[in-house]
Amino acid sequence: MAKVEELSGENLYACYQCGKCAAGCLFADHMDLLPNQVLRLVQLSDESVLSSRAPWVCASCLACEVRCPKGVDIAKVMEALRLLVLRTGETGLRLWEIPSGVPQIALVGATRKHTP
Amino acid sequence: MPNVARHPSRVTRHALPYFPGCALKDQAGHFEASAMAAMEALGWELSELPRWNCCGTVYSLASDDLMRHLGPVRNLVRVQELGESRLITLCAMCYNTLRRSSQFVGADPERLERINAFMDEEPDYQGGVEVLHLLQFLRDEVGFEEIAAKVKRPLDGLRVAPYYGCMLLRPREVGIDAPDSPGVMEGLLSALGAEPVDFPQKAECCGAYLTVTDPEIARERVEGIVSAARRAGAEIIATSCPLCQFNLEHHQADDASPVTRHASPVTVVYFTQLLALALGVPGDKLGFERLRFDPRPHLAERELV
Repeated sequence: MAKVEELSGENLYACYQCGKCAAGCLFADHMDLLPNQVLRLVQLSDESVLSSRAPWVCASCLACEVRCPKGVDIAKVMEALRLLVLRTGETGLRLWEIPSGVPQIALVGATRKHTP
Repeated sequence: MPNVARHPSRVTRHALPYFPGCALKDQAGHFEASAMAAMEALGWELSELPRWNCCGTVYSLASDDLMRHLGPVRNLVRVQELGESRLITLCAMCYNTLRRSSQFVGADPERLERINAFMDEEPDYQGGVEVLHLLQFLRDEVGFEEIAAKVKRPLDGLRVAPYYGCMLLRPREVGIDAPDSPGVMEGLLSALGAEPVDFPQKAECCGAYLTVTDPEIARERVEGIVSAARRAGAEIIATSCPLCQFNLEHHQADDASPVTRHASPVTVVYFTQLLALALGVPGDKLGFERLRFDPRPHLAERELV
């Protein structure tokens, strides 16, 4: 909890679980936890959140960020969770599985999001 | 003896420092070429920033990740070396990353001090460079009225859906327009004589770099966006982001794509291609042939090419 707070720079207790982030999230269908559930587990310091797929599905599109009534930048929380995993040396990025023909703007974006 | 003052129209206007980024030197070369041609037609020059480097593509959202601001700040140092205070961008991702980084270091002198100390071979960045997107410059400095007055080839009601994506609009502090109801591209398209087509997905994410790690998700996003634009009556989608442009084309072209199973694909152009065309730049100089889905049949119907 303290590490996520430090890395994200966000006040995580501001979240009162209204669910607006989840309602507007374009990627929630593919997440195993909704964005507000991710936040709740972080509030509870439940480390199982670190094995959730949700932060890796989040594309940092910031739809939640502009809509949160409490001003919590959830994309920063997702980034903090990714970094906590990446900084242990884990990465889900398998370079040999990258489809051919994707432009460098996509490659740089993806590798930056999947490296510490 | 030449008298410059008597011929103000001949005076070359001030060159604007311009940051291309990777895509504009690669798959989006026609974005750059059309923007330069359009600006020249408007009496401005985009001048490529010397020794520019990668912006980083995605802005780091971590509070302790100063390292990832180095790339953007080095570019701002290049602007400072020119004695300039503004930097024009075309790529929406470059715009977002550079503008957010400039605000990030501007908000805290200690951060900037550490970054300057790290870049010991560079002059210190003093702060104060403003990063602008070309759409902002066209709206706020050139003005849509002036653009409309310079249109030589009105787009004759061409139905264009402006697609903003994320990086021009969010977060609010760097957004060039209202994040949920932007109108800057609509304003420009109207000035060019096109008919802007509104659709609810215009500010939704295309899936961005998930096209690398989770292409199925990006395909689903593109399906929603393109289908909505088509239902709203768009003949063409216009964008300013090379990653959106790639995703919107690529995931329509896929044989497995549900988007194109029942209907023909929607062509996806850069807004500058339409701008330059309307300002009289010949269509064969605008790289339409480099697009996966050729817009020229739609343009030819209106005798624009």
